[in-house]
Amino acid sequence: MSGTELYPADEVLSRNERVVLNLYVISTLLVFVLLMLFGLTMRMAQGTWINVPPDLFYQLMTAHGAGMVGTVGLASSAVMWFFLRKYVRLNLVIFATNYVLFMLGALAILAAVFIGKYAGAWTFLYPLPVHAMTVWSPHAAALFMLGYLLIGVGFLLFYLDAMLAIIRVYGNLGRALGLRWLFGGQIDKSHPKAVVASTMVAITNSIGTLAGAVVLVMCLVNIYFPAVVLNALLVKNLTYLFGHMFINASIYMGVIAVYELLPRYSGRPYPVSRPFLWSWASSLVMVLIVYPHHLMMDYAMPQWMVIMGQIVSYCAGLPVFTVTVYGALTNVHRSGMRWPTTAKLLMLSMFGWAAGIVPAIIDGTISVNSVMHNTQWVPGHFHFYLLLGVLPMVLALMFHLVGARARAPDHAIDKLGFPVYLIGGIVFVFAFLTAGRVSVPRRYAVHLPEWLPYDQAGSIGAILVVAGMLLLTSRIVIGLLRAPGHADPAHAAH
Amino acid sequence: MITQDEVWLISLVGIGLVALAFISVIGQSGKTADAARVTRSAYVIRRWWFLVLVFAGVGIAYATLKPYPIASQRADSQTAQIVDVVGRQWSWQISPAQVKAGIPVEFNVTTADVNHGFAIYAPDDRIVAQTQAMPGYTNRLLHTFTQPGNYRVMCLEYCGLVHHGMVANVEVVAAGKGDPL
Repeated sequence: MSGTELYPADEVLSRNERVVLNLYVISTLLVFVLLMLFGLTMRMAQGTWINVPPDLFYQLMTAHGAGMVGTVGLASSAVMWFFLRKYVRLNLVIFATNYVLFMLGALAILAAVFIGKYAGAWTFLYPLPVHAMTVWSPHAAALFMLGYLLIGVGFLLFYLDAMLAIIRVYGNLGRALGLRWLFGGQIDKSHPKAVVASTMVAITNSIGTLAGAVVLVMCLVNIYFPAVVLNALLVKNLTYLFGHMFINASIYMGVIAVYELLPRYSGRPYPVSRPFLWSWASSLVMVLIVYPHHLMMDYAMPQWMVIMGQIVSYCAGLPVFTVTVYGALTNVHRSGMRWPTTAKLLMLSMFGWAAGIVPAIIDGTISVNSVMHNTQWVPGHFHFYLLLGVLPMVLALMFHLVGARARAPDHAIDKLGFPVYLIGGIVFVFAFLTAGRVSVPRRYAVHLPEWLPYDQAGSIGAILVVAGMLLLTSRIVIGLLRAPGHADPAHAAH
Repeated sequence: MITQDEVWLISLVGIGLVALAFISVIGQSGKTADAARVTRSAYVIRRWWFLVLVFAGVGIAYATLKPYPIASQRADSQTAQIVDVVGRQWSWQISPAQVKAGIPVEFNVTTADVNHGFAIYAPDDRIVAQTQAMPGYTNRLLHTFTQPGNYRVMCLEYCGLVHHGMVANVEVVAAGKGDPL
């Protein structure tokens, strides 16, 4: 069970662990900043503040989408690894392998986009990769997909290692999820929330990643053997099963930081409960079957799947609103909470997740989707729970790491960086949502004159987000590199 | 009020309520109270909160799914106006491109190459209906225009480098006397 001691002994990193974790943290932060600059460039181009040719715009869009989804996944996997290793014996070599494969995959993707001029969006929706109208070659599309495959293999190894380690300690995955306590029995309050969440993610995202691998291999076969024609609807189903699962897994890995760290600032225990176990068990099923809400405008979809997409979208909000976020608020309420930057980030992450899924769930209604699908309403809600939800979860862990090493109070840079990031994030997401309200399409390099005010407001928000992120990043990177380590030789790398 | 404005209002209220809950809790976080008592009270409130959300969800799902908002894809067409739509990189072929207001229109939408999004924008530049154009499939979109005018068609599924330029027009004219309503 997560305790209330701020820097417990079982979190001390060995030298090798620290090196690998530093690589994860520093690399992901730098990539986040770079990809945010890509995003800012796109918003400023849409707002006509700078001139970006459409081919470059769509390359940036492809790199931004693929990069952000992958990088937030990598950063969240660091959160899962950091806390899960306290309860089970994870293999550091596999954790490092995931990093290496990710970087190789990222290089392949960047080469495909900026050398091969691949601009088929992060969703590589079949058959667009092979209908490039001579802009990019089939090899560039294949290289992009190969990059995804490398990244997928890394994540799959990480999850398989996690499942193996969990089974070694808990006997089977069902026991790790606490399924035996769903309908009664005395719950072991010391059962770690990190283990429940990690087990759920390892199961579901292994399935999602495998779905992605299947569709990538199918598309690669189609690239080099065009006679093998694919069913576009089947491919789209697999693509969105993979895409939806992967990005949601990032949230579920990131939230482990909240479970572990929040009680340390509130001073209150935050143990597992039956509603908590129910919420994770039900989310395990729901996250795998909710993806048809991305295909509501594909009328060829079986009606029952689309209806399921709407209903499960509604149901998926229940664990967030009645357990995770509600539980976090209960833990903080009248607790005598302390508010260093880490705690602020944890609370912001809960707000961003809860508030962001409001417009998302509404968009999961078929009749709403008919007028909101693929408008800027969509980046409005997913940036809400990624920029103001998942990223703060990840940043909270990073600040915790810096704190664990330096044991120093908040710096003025943190105190400035946090509000700048928060205000910028709010302006940025509401610029998207208001544009979605007036039907501005997403993924357009060129905008109509009447849409420009939304783009320019979004650009201002993005500038603030980048400024805030730079401040927070500089603090974390300098903190990690300069602070004295507390390496414990007894806690050797596995 | 059109759907987009309703959605906007509901979202603002929802996000506002979430924000209020956070502001309230953060505002009182400096005080201290017995953890067991706080948790007990919170659990009681949660039961009611859970029931409210479940009943709201069931009610909204029923209201928005009955009748099912997407036209049957199998039914034989009984509509007086049929429009064939083919998307291709980067243009729309719409035939005929003129329809009458007040009479249901059946758009049969497909594509000659990649996925496209067939979205119809009203003269005020707000979307009134959309469907996807997918290779190998024809989606049947039913819509009745209430106002005459020039409706813009835009692509809402990213389809390559001139995606933003894939624009066409559908002219909606007033129905004449004797037209079947």
